[in-house]
Amino acid sequence: MPTSIVTGNSLLAIDVGAANTRAVLFDVIEGEYRFVASGVAPSTAESPVRDVSEGARHAIRSLQGILKKNLLDMSRSLILPSQPDGSGVDSLVVTVSAGSAVRTLVVGLLKDVSLDSARRLTESTYARVVDFISLGDHRKPEQQIDSILRTRPDMVVIAGGTDGGASRSVQKLLDPIGLASYFLPEEKRPAVLYAGNGKLAEEVKSLVGSLSSYLHFSSNIRPSLDTEDIPPAESELAQMFIKIRKKQLKGLDILDNWAGGHTLPTAYATGRMVRFLSNVYGSQKGLLSVDLGASSTVIAAGFKNKSVLKVYPQFGQGENLPGLLNHTSIEDILRWSTLDIPPATLVDYLHQKALYPATIPATREDLVLAQSVAKQALFLAMQSARRDFPRDAAIIKPNLAPLFDPIIAGGATLSDASRPGQSLLLLLDAVQPVGIATVILDQNNLMPLLGAAGSVNNLLPVQVLESGAFLSIGTIICPVVSAKYGASILKARITYENGAEAGVDLKYGFLEILPLKSGETGRLTIQVGRGVDIGFGFGRGVKGLPISGGALGVVFDGRGRPLDMPSDPVRRRELIKKWNWSLGGG
Amino acid sequence: MIAPVHHVTGLTTIVRERLLPVSGNVIARIQQKVTTGEVVAETRWAREHVLLDVARSLGVSPAAADRLIKCQVDDQLPASAEIAVGKGLFPRSVRAPREGRVVAVGGGQVLLEIGESKFELRAGMPGTVVQVIPNRGVVIQSSGGLVQGVWGNGRIDSGLMVNLMQSPDSVLTPDRADVSLRGSILLGGMIQHAESLQALAELPARGLIASSIVPPLLAKAREMRYPIVVTDGFGSVPMNSAAYKLLSTSAKREVALNAESTDRYSGSRPEIIIPLPTTSEPPVPSETESFAPGSQVRMRCAPATGRIGSILSIKPGLTTLPSGLRAQAAEVKLDNNEIVIVPLVNMEVVG
Repeated sequence: MPTSIVTGNSLLAIDVGAANTRAVLFDVIEGEYRFVASGVAPSTAESPVRDVSEGARHAIRSLQGILKKNLLDMSRSLILPSQPDGSGVDSLVVTVSAGSAVRTLVVGLLKDVSLDSARRLTESTYARVVDFISLGDHRKPEQQIDSILRTRPDMVVIAGGTDGGASRSVQKLLDPIGLASYFLPEEKRPAVLYAGNGKLAEEVKSLVGSLSSYLHFSSNIRPSLDTEDIPPAESELAQMFIKIRKKQLKGLDILDNWAGGHTLPTAYATGRMVRFLSNVYGSQKGLLSVDLGASSTVIAAGFKNKSVLKVYPQFGQGENLPGLLNHTSIEDILRWSTLDIPPATLVDYLHQKALYPATIPATREDLVLAQSVAKQALFLAMQSARRDFPRDAAIIKPNLAPLFDPIIAGGATLSDASRPGQSLLLLLDAVQPVGIATVILDQNNLMPLLGAAGSVNNLLPVQVLESGAFLSIGTIICPVVSAKYGASILKARITYENGAEAGVDLKYGFLEILPLKSGETGRLTIQVGRGVDIGFGFGRGVKGLPISGGALGVVFDGRGRPLDMPSDPVRRRELIKKWNWSLGGG
Repeated sequence: MIAPVHHVTGLTTIVRERLLPVSGNVIARIQQKVTTGEVVAETRWAREHVLLDVARSLGVSPAAADRLIKCQVDDQLPASAEIAVGKGLFPRSVRAPREGRVVAVGGGQVLLEIGESKFELRAGMPGTVVQVIPNRGVVIQSSGGLVQGVWGNGRIDSGLMVNLMQSPDSVLTPDRADVSLRGSILLGGMIQHAESLQALAELPARGLIASSIVPPLLAKAREMRYPIVVTDGFGSVPMNSAAYKLLSTSAKREVALNAESTDRYSGSRPEIIIPLPTTSEPPVPSETESFAPGSQVRMRCAPATGRIGSILSIKPGLTTLPSGLRAQAAEVKLDNNEIVIVPLVNMEVVG
């Protein structure tokens, strides 16, 4: 990229998370945008500070300490634009995931059609559904009103009516919402997003317009019975979410003001980045991003013609942890543990961690607990997200994950792991990818920030991505196979750039590594048995496949899909320890 | 780094805002002395609503129905009161199914509010009302000892405190519920048996201060009609030495328990208040501090959950922990003289 094209503007990105706030600086170095440094501080959305701008200032100050230059002025405001003495930055973007999940009422005409679409739309942000209303709802209108008054939603998402279709039925659904809102104090009235039959916009405005805190319209998410078009509504929902958060989180309006309105929900910004990357890669396989955060687990997947963004507050690693047991069993969490941990210890851990989401595991036992919980949460999130992956996504076998390449992992639980092997094993166990893929660790949690930065500078994300700001863990080869433990399932040989060779004979139930350092490339030849598929069809190997290295090299996962774990707990724990060691995780 | 503060202090000025969830009527007056259980504000709301579709019942258009409806918003209707009558030789009528208040009329429909729920906001601590927030609540000020907890069952009460703990790691057993303890607030140790909670309910006790509770008993604890404040955590966590010392030496004193649930966003936390008369106002404790050598700190999680210690030094840069993670950390001397390295995010300042 010629230097002249790059305007030379520095960009600060602030991510206000549930546990931590990060300030990340991007600037032009040698003609190209680079990730320069990041500062982090505990988030201050909660009491006693209750002002997110304070946490942001602390994070910026921590960044100032690294950069040895001033970004804040004497009145503690961000210096915008940058000054001749080098202080300040030229622009700011903000992403937000802090705050409790937004209480949401989902409304649709038909349960399996528009209500389902509205539910899917709601899952694209930090929302907790408190009630559903549809034509199939057997409650009387007054019972629906009482339910709304009791559950007090912050947000109502309405879908229904194909374009030019039903109108009377949609009005019938809106009546209880309008009446209930009328009884709520003005400051407690919900924001409303209408994403149904466009012809009813004016009527919706007259029925609930004056009774909602904000009224947003998007194009119909279900324009016809067999068509679903969620992305435009996701964008509108993201804007509405920021308005709700500005009301709930003191100080966010200051940050948004500094950012000139460039504030996005963190998950939405990640989704934007995934959409952008899947367009860039344009591969037959999907692109997957997983983010395990305190407020939620976010799955963003990009496919040829569709992107999927799923935000699961119920699988977050913070305040919602005790509720995880409503979605899974203690045994299913502890199956991932390398230690013999009593069930009561796990339950105590979930409650204690929910009290203090920002705490980190200091002991080995706490780390094992944290990793086991994170694995099961990500596993559940992937199972849920898979239901909404497109039917034409490239797969090896139904009921397994589609083919993804690359897989990008972020969020504190993954990026803070002490060794890349730990993060990789968490991903391999929870996502259970198939075929051949590159795994990238977003160790600085840049994905959402780049997604937000793209709204003010579309060159920046591309150049930062190419600059090595992400840590490549390596290439994974995950055959779909079922065999006897110890049976040989594939033979692989890597030819390095210098002509040297190394090989591996992968046995069922084992993890193996062939070294290939970051920045190095090699050619991989794989021979597989008849019942083995690595993405080229059963029994078909590959010759001279160019691959790139990473922190771990080339990792072969011969443990079968779905992952085959012994039922005997002692043997299972021993095996998991062995897998940990295989990946250098200890 | 901002250090959160966990209040355990022998004498301080306590100022608390007490607010209704929705607007209502503030009963307390400025400078009024209030007791812990005294109602300072109240509000009412409808228990349920009934929507009468007059247009449909009379078989007329919504506009025609509106003309036939006899009641107006705010009318108080007895059961069976006539709301609308149709036309014709044998006109149909629509009547109120139950006694209620008309809250909306229009579009051929009438919405009635039936029944009433009352919410009474209690003071939560003894003190003086120093500010009235119109329609919402009051600010109360008091002085005395303050111990914050981590979990509460939502109840409020006060009474004489009796100490049943021999040491910070005592377990509350059902056989300790002696009839002589009726009407007392009990300093009880770890809650590990449902029978212990039940035995205190049967006395009845006026409150329980526990160091920890096992999570399967949380639902049972919420059902108890007496307040329960948990000081340190979940599982088998001994009481932190600062709270134990203050509470055990305050036995036989009047204490107030406000066992409201922890809300990280509003800052509400369960609290134990030991009212003490003072001639001058002691200082209000600060809500944030910085970690520094000499700071008294409380451990928020394993390996020493709830333990009190003193910071010896803040480690420069990042320190590798026994878990393998790297974080900003401090060297801390615990109250059992053990010296440990603790990440800053796993501690809070006690003050």
